[in-house]
Amino acid sequence: MKGVLLMADKEIREGIRNRWVVAATLLLAALALTLAFLGAAPAGRVGAGALEVVVVSLSSLSIFLLPLIALLLSHDAIVGEAERGTLLLLLSYPLSRWQVVLGKFVGHVVILGFATLLGYGAAALALALSGQPIGSSAWQAFGAMLGSSVLLGAVFVALGILVSTLVRDRGAAAGIAVGLWLLLVLLWDMALLGVLVADAGQHLTSGAVDALLLLNPADAYRLFNLAGLADVRLLSGMAALGGGSGLAPALLLAGLAAWALLPLAAATALFARREL
Amino acid sequence: MKADLPVLDLEGVSRRYGAVEAVRDVSFALPQGARVALVGHNGAGKTTLMKLMLGLIRPSAGRLRVLGEDPAAGAAAARRRLGWLPENVTFNPALTGREVLRFFARLKDEPASTADALLERVGLADAARRRVGGYSKGMRQRLGIAQAMLGSPRALLLDEPTTGLDPAVRQGLYDMLGELAGGGTTVLLSSHALEELEGRVERVIIMDRGRLVADGTLAELRRLAQLPVRARLTLVGEGVPDWVGDGLAPRWLGANLLELSCPPEAKMEFLRHAAADARVTDLDLTPPTLDELYAHFLRGREGAVR
Repeated sequence: MKGVLLMADKEIREGIRNRWVVAATLLLAALALTLAFLGAAPAGRVGAGALEVVVVSLSSLSIFLLPLIALLLSHDAIVGEAERGTLLLLLSYPLSRWQVVLGKFVGHVVILGFATLLGYGAAALALALSGQPIGSSAWQAFGAMLGSSVLLGAVFVALGILVSTLVRDRGAAAGIAVGLWLLLVLLWDMALLGVLVADAGQHLTSGAVDALLLLNPADAYRLFNLAGLADVRLLSGMAALGGGSGLAPALLLAGLAAWALLPLAAATALFARREL
Repeated sequence: MKADLPVLDLEGVSRRYGAVEAVRDVSFALPQGARVALVGHNGAGKTTLMKLMLGLIRPSAGRLRVLGEDPAAGAAAARRRLGWLPENVTFNPALTGREVLRFFARLKDEPASTADALLERVGLADAARRRVGGYSKGMRQRLGIAQAMLGSPRALLLDEPTTGLDPAVRQGLYDMLGELAGGGTTVLLSSHALEELEGRVERVIIMDRGRLVADGTLAELRRLAQLPVRARLTLVGEGVPDWVGDGLAPRWLGANLLELSCPPEAKMEFLRHAAADARVTDLDLTPPTLDELYAHFLRGREGAVR
């Protein structure tokens, strides 16, 4: 465990030094604050709570942004050290390979979690300070959104690290990471939508659709945040889907967790067996 | 582990990468406190041997033991007592020298103070708070040496340790290695710069294309090689003295300067003649250099392998 913590500490230190932490935090805070105050004006008229609007708009934003930041951070984790020539020296130390992988994962998730909590938290705090009435259920939805956002980030950190252990040069890792982002964040939903329209409810059961949604971490996250809570569901226009889906929030979270753990386990196993 | 067991022990170790045999059937054992040079041109298998000893790669055939353990088994205890300086060592440029060394110290369960003391020892105390990205090649190399010495290693593997070091630092490095070897650390270093190994190592292992071609002390290798001693005579008067036969291969280097190539067994007889001849006003003897020795073993490797 000590090796994991040492690795994580080093990753965080490097993240701070490389301005990764500052850049990600500022980006997320700026977007969150913008959405909070742009979104607050119309929300006043339809009577929804300001924070609910923020939860809806921020989670839509997170689906695009957090996976991208996570992949940018993690696709370099192993292959970058291998190319710089620092990996072999690290592995000659009394440190297991799984400790290297897990330490990097923990470090990157901490960086991402810090940026998310601080960036999005700033928006919620600004709303609260500006005197908007915020109910406890709204805080609950916001908290759930924060937690699941970090989990979504962890999923893509794990995927990025897996990519990083699979390839032998950084360019390939970056290419695969971008491809993965396009597939899971953009193309999957379009394809699913296309299939649903074409099928017109003939063959695909709602169970199959649920499974297809769970198979994509971004969709699991979207369902959890937009359809999981009653007030938010109304606002997000996901009422029909959320009501009709048989996916409980706990199941969606479990799906996300599995999406983080499986690539991480695969990366550890592959890296342990790799010859350097 | 008992003191009389070899610290590094290789038996018939081979390692192939696809069709390329990087190391073929290499055997040697290094005792505690030995200072040994691993010599060979690029691609001779020196770095592969070190990676095998570190357990970073596994042998395709043969058996090796480092500090009594199989290095590829990944036992943390053995790795803690092993220091390695890779060829062209690099560090994360964003961290300072001190952060890098303290990180490595903690991996080996050493206190941060050990890291600071080592930085001082390799002359990087002033640069400790600067980023490694701004270090010169020599400073990076010194940081690499410092990390190899963390945790009072029982075996040090140094891959080209003196590249990029200026002569004073080079001297300091050899002094440190001498001290460590005196304290029982086994030092194995690979090098291109053969001349500077003279007097710094007790034993030389010569590698060529993955094969071990010679292994012994410098004196033993000299005896084995039977290389001629080079003699330069300054003469007065004309002509080659008549006691210089064709066996000495006389060659004029200048008007009065005659170079001779003297087989080791004929050396004393030659000296007696030269001392007796009044025409010889000066005499220089040069034993075969390591470079010549190395070239000899590479040439002759098809014939006698060990």
